[in-house]
Amino acid sequence: MAANTAAVSLTVNGKPVTAEVDPRTLLVQLLREHLRLTGTHVGCDTSQCGACVVHVNGKATKSCTVLALQLGGANVLTIEGLAAPDGPLHPMQEAFRENHGLQCGYCTPGMIMTAVDMVRRKGNDLDEHTIREELEGNICRCTGYHNIVKAIAAGARAMRGTSAAKAAE
Amino acid sequence: MSATGIGAAVRRKEDRRFITGTGHYTDDINRPGQVFAYFVRSPHAHATIRSIDVKSATAMPGVLAVLTGAELGADKIGNLICGWMIHSKDGSPMKMAAHPALANGKACHVGDPVAVVLATTLAQARDAAEKVKVEYAVLPAVTDPAAAQKQGAPQIHDVAANNTIYQWHLGDAKAVDAAFKSANHVTKLDIVNNRLVPNAIEPRAAIGDYDSGTGTFTLWNTTQNPHVARLVIAAFVGMAPENKLRVIAPDVGGGFGSKIFIYPEEVVALWASKRVGRPVKWVADRSEAFLCDAHGRDHVTHAEMAFDVDGKILGLRAKTIANLGAYMSTFSSSVPTYLYATLMSGQYEIPQIYCEVDAVYTNTVPVDAYRGAGRPEATFVVERLVEVGAREMGQDPAELRRRNFIKKFPHQTPVIMNYDAGDYNASLKKAMDLADYKGFAKRKRDSARNGKLRGIGFSTYIEACGIAPSQAVGSLGCGVGLWESAEVRVNPTGSVEILTGCHAHGQGHETTFAQLVSDRLGIPIDNVSVVHGDTDKVQFGMGTYGSRSGAVGMSALVKALDKVEAKAKKVAAHLLEAAEGDIEFKDGKFSVAGTDKSAAWGDVTLNAYIAHKFAGQELEPGLKEGAFYDPTNFTFPAGCHICEVEVDIETGNTEIVAWTAVDDFGVVINPMIVEGQVHGGIAQGVGQALCEGAVYDKEGQLLTGSFMDYCMPRADHLPSMNVDTTVTKCPSNPLGIKGCGEAGAIAAPAAVINAITDAIGTEDLTMPATSSAVWLALQKANRMPHAA
Repeated sequence: MAANTAAVSLTVNGKPVTAEVDPRTLLVQLLREHLRLTGTHVGCDTSQCGACVVHVNGKATKSCTVLALQLGGANVLTIEGLAAPDGPLHPMQEAFRENHGLQCGYCTPGMIMTAVDMVRRKGNDLDEHTIREELEGNICRCTGYHNIVKAIAAGARAMRGTSAAKAAE
Repeated sequence: MSATGIGAAVRRKEDRRFITGTGHYTDDINRPGQVFAYFVRSPHAHATIRSIDVKSATAMPGVLAVLTGAELGADKIGNLICGWMIHSKDGSPMKMAAHPALANGKACHVGDPVAVVLATTLAQARDAAEKVKVEYAVLPAVTDPAAAQKQGAPQIHDVAANNTIYQWHLGDAKAVDAAFKSANHVTKLDIVNNRLVPNAIEPRAAIGDYDSGTGTFTLWNTTQNPHVARLVIAAFVGMAPENKLRVIAPDVGGGFGSKIFIYPEEVVALWASKRVGRPVKWVADRSEAFLCDAHGRDHVTHAEMAFDVDGKILGLRAKTIANLGAYMSTFSSSVPTYLYATLMSGQYEIPQIYCEVDAVYTNTVPVDAYRGAGRPEATFVVERLVEVGAREMGQDPAELRRRNFIKKFPHQTPVIMNYDAGDYNASLKKAMDLADYKGFAKRKRDSARNGKLRGIGFSTYIEACGIAPSQAVGSLGCGVGLWESAEVRVNPTGSVEILTGCHAHGQGHETTFAQLVSDRLGIPIDNVSVVHGDTDKVQFGMGTYGSRSGAVGMSALVKALDKVEAKAKKVAAHLLEAAEGDIEFKDGKFSVAGTDKSAAWGDVTLNAYIAHKFAGQELEPGLKEGAFYDPTNFTFPAGCHICEVEVDIETGNTEIVAWTAVDDFGVVINPMIVEGQVHGGIAQGVGQALCEGAVYDKEGQLLTGSFMDYCMPRADHLPSMNVDTTVTKCPSNPLGIKGCGEAGAIAAPAAVINAITDAIGTEDLTMPATSSAVWLALQKANRMPHAA
């Protein structure tokens, strides 16, 4: 570790964490390299692909575009925090599985985190046009988006009346 | 059909780890004590390297070493190779230039690796890379394939005069000329098949780890074919003997061909690991991936099709210049030759075909197989010629196709392939019904009232999959056999592990291979695990590409399961005290014919291992069988895609308003997964047709070097797709499978361009048909804005 480091304390998936980081460390690097939460992926270096989307204080955020040191006191939710290990899946995760909304799986965590945020902002009845427009910041190379769109619509409906949407915030 | 057997839309076994963020991709793996590699890459497309000064970089904090081509040469690390020999029409072998993993005296494209920095952290490696001083003498560059062959073009490699790698041909030129002389109509087209960047969303990565105690290397790598990587790195690069090199391909985030090839970075990670005595990790940035992952397509073609007075096709001839980039990548030579010209017959009875292909070096990233590999290029040529021919002759494009379809099988084309089965009328008819072709004229009028130009385009494509019969590809120059292996390990409690030489990077093999086993052995799908992607576990295999995993990999699995069943019957005979010939196996139960005596699968598997009921001299204990399967023919998936578009007259913007696909993939194991493959393929084909294209400037700088500049298809570029199938079984493999992975990418570009040109009434349109390209085509055709 370089000599020039600083400490940051935040909450990740409900747990308080403190890390000593190089000031240029990005949130995605903090998650993947310091906390070993490798479900958040890096697919580009221009903030375009959305594989790195997590929630920061309840809002979808590209974790490749935020410095870790900006997040003192923040509440971060990653794909690993969406459902308890070995427990039931979040309705949006379940919808991706049920609708074959993933193939290689690399863009999937970012897609799911974006989708959950989409429901928070746009509600449980999402039409195809809305979903496609809202996915402008997430690139998938495998699925042609067809089943992702289906999965998000189904997941949004399944989140109605559950605590899942609230839990995600 | 059982709920988890062949034909069931089983939800994927692999999904849980991917939707919970617990997959293990190469970048998720870290080795104790690992250091990071960062490559210094040439900023020039073509330059002599006068000197490399690594002194100040080496002195930077955390740096263990800075290595260059000089050290690579001193350690006798061999060059990367192209494994498919193509001979020119004059009989001379292709001109393969040396491709060292680190440039040796010369850089031949922007991004060519010149040095590598190894440091404790990635940030330190990046910082130090900026201190590496490389003195270049910049040379003139050439990026356009047609320009590369011209007199006076910059010469890239001494071995290849006029930058020409080979001048190859296929077919009978004289017979084709005669056919054209008797033609009633000849359609002529100049076609550019645009250069694409594969862009799997997981960037390539490698971790090299040398164990000095045993002298063994381990490579974790984003590869579609770990055994082929091991073979090439051992036998040609000379890193270590095969038995001292283990290659692991963990979860891989998409490939599309680009992760077939053996690249400089993984070679350097292994070599550097031995040099510095630490595991070495390299992960590509996306910007780096644009400069170091093999690109796809990049053909310039002139093609002609001759018709008789009834619209029957008499002949086809094409001349293609294929850009292979700065070096010959692993399978690059085969793509514009045996994977291209052999598909020029399409779905049609074409008596004579002649195709000439010149492959050239340019100062660009190497070009190799990308989803479809040669077959999309061939389909684009054939389907544009047929469509434009129909328009020129005033015939219905569907009717013209129908008149020329091959109807009798097997059918020997003039370009090597022997089509074994198909029903092209059936897929065309079903697609036309689903697309409501009859209602198109009304929809076109409705669009016109809204100021939109509506068009419809067909693509009745064929591809050759199930790659491939080893003898056949060997006779055409391939350096390896393309069989596949499978091993079935049955555990004492009856659960099963399947080991396959195929590799999944999105295709869902953990589900489909398990479906086959569940179906065959009558055991729950959860009791079947699929092991792949590790050369220490799977004996050998050729990997996954060309839709070979179902047709070839699963056929190997069928052979191994046959052996397992035969052995299990012997065990059951001892257990049930009956003659082996009287044992029947059905739905997971062994029974004695004509009696009520039976034994469950688990009883037999346990008895195979405890071996209490038979003497070891008589029957070996255990239940594990392997098989190698070599196909007897390619498979020939085919189908019909229909694209309907609306073009905005004011802006030239194209919206795809409907997509209908009816494909014949033979027997389908999992329709949900097959549909997903079709969707993804169409998206890549639509990307090629509408927005994707790698653009170089005259100096050889890649102008489309990031997702900001290279237009990846996004959700709002694409429609929902209507995907269906027809079925003719493939007669050459035991399951009747043809393969589905490339279909969409092969069919889509021609369907889109046929639809847009139908809408705008001019054929003068080059891919990608961006808004500005379509607008300009409209302007040029003088159909702007009120003439519509």
